[in-house]
Amino acid sequence: MYIVGIGMVKIDRYYDKGYMQLIHDAAIRAFDDVNSYEPEVVVVGNMLSSSLYNQDSLAALALDAIGFRGLGGLKVEAACGSGGHAVIVGYSLIASGLYDQVMVIGVEKMSDYPTSTVTSALAQAADAEYEYIYGISFAALNALVMRLYMLKYEAKREDLALWPVRMHEYGSKNPYAQLRNRITIEDVVNSPIISDPIRLMDSAPIGDGAAVIILASEDTARKLSDTPIEIAGLGFGSDGLDLSSREELLNPISIRRAAEKAFRMSKLSPSNIDVAEIHDAFTITALVSIEGLGFAGPGESWKLIKDGRFAAGDKPSINLSGGLKARGHPVGATGVYQVAEIAMQLRGDFPGVRISNAEKGLAMNTGGVATLTSVIIMKR
Amino acid sequence: MKISPARVWREKDSRYRLEGSKCKKCSRVFYPPKPSCPYCGYSDTERINLPRRGRVVSWTVEYTVPEGYREYAPIIVGLIELENGTRVIAPIVDVEVDKIYEGMYVEAVLRKIFEDGDEGIIVYGIKFAPST
Repeated sequence: MYIVGIGMVKIDRYYDKGYMQLIHDAAIRAFDDVNSYEPEVVVVGNMLSSSLYNQDSLAALALDAIGFRGLGGLKVEAACGSGGHAVIVGYSLIASGLYDQVMVIGVEKMSDYPTSTVTSALAQAADAEYEYIYGISFAALNALVMRLYMLKYEAKREDLALWPVRMHEYGSKNPYAQLRNRITIEDVVNSPIISDPIRLMDSAPIGDGAAVIILASEDTARKLSDTPIEIAGLGFGSDGLDLSSREELLNPISIRRAAEKAFRMSKLSPSNIDVAEIHDAFTITALVSIEGLGFAGPGESWKLIKDGRFAAGDKPSINLSGGLKARGHPVGATGVYQVAEIAMQLRGDFPGVRISNAEKGLAMNTGGVATLTSVIIMKR
Repeated sequence: MKISPARVWREKDSRYRLEGSKCKKCSRVFYPPKPSCPYCGYSDTERINLPRRGRVVSWTVEYTVPEGYREYAPIIVGLIELENGTRVIAPIVDVEVDKIYEGMYVEAVLRKIFEDGDEGIIVYGIKFAPST
């Protein structure tokens, strides 16, 4: 199974563009990226179309956006992890033998509404009856995990500011990134409190985006692209819908399970990965993700980051796009951006910070507080 | 939040009385209740009343709140470990935002959690208040 075409739009606040135009703009670039194309089905990764835009049937909207009315399609929802899950569904449609070419589209619009409205919609990722109904936001749940981490591993607030600083550095060089300004540790620790200890600069921005990848079976891939990137392994997993009943808040089952499955399938281990894009909707999410994937032991990631690990050129180099923090996090689209970025790193044409001769990459995307996670491993 | 009478009514035992579930096989007790055990996977559980006293394991002071919750902001949210070891996430009330600490004793109290507009349903539920 191969990724043959990639198209992305810069993540931004597009007051002049709705779902249809964003999908169109990303798809045109994906079509330009292949020798020829004939998609047979679309899979759309999206979280908020129903809650913010009263729009279901999103695949039909996507097909009209790209001029393929008549084809089949569906939307895949796994909250902020919808994009990665959509890629897995797209893969499955080809692996099953049903289709040869699949378009996976990640799309989200968030910027049309005030923050409280978007906060409400995002809170739907949590348990509606036992978290959201109390007014407990998604940031608040992550803040509980962040404080727990800081208490257990004796990490200081300043230590945890290093990650967003690094993400903005990389974001400043990525033309697709929403936030392209550099920041300092002082900027992070003095930014407004969202849900203590999470501050604004610990949090991914609200933005709009669309990313498209075209997947093809092995035979078809060679015709469509001179630089196909293989999907070598993938997996997904879950943890409790609510956080109350979780056994290990700092070590979610979903990340471990998804990683185990993807590594086993690809016959690789964390030490083989050259470049990775991980889910860092909040600073704490980056730490839990790095540890859950096996790139660091429990409670070790923040120290390794302090030592300069996981920066460009290290193995693995993590979030050279700027991550969710700076590249942006149009929630249901993010997983598709990540896969696209890793594929471009392996092809050697990612237009931001790029490492040379990367051969194996990993994309990890999650919805909720690591509630539904996908891991996708790619090879050159 | 879209509220309906039936939706609020059917959660009353767990939300008003702090009922949890106990697995009929591995005996693990957890909250909120679920019909199957999330730990051993056994397909049968029973409802039990949980202890109402516990200690604060983690907490946050939430300033950016979802729509409809502005009158409650800032909301202090606690991860509480009850005396039997079961964990519950719920708001902490009757305390200043800078007076919460790890290990603080709290007990369950019944409070208003949401009003569905001026004429809609008022939803009640368990919150935690400081205890000796």
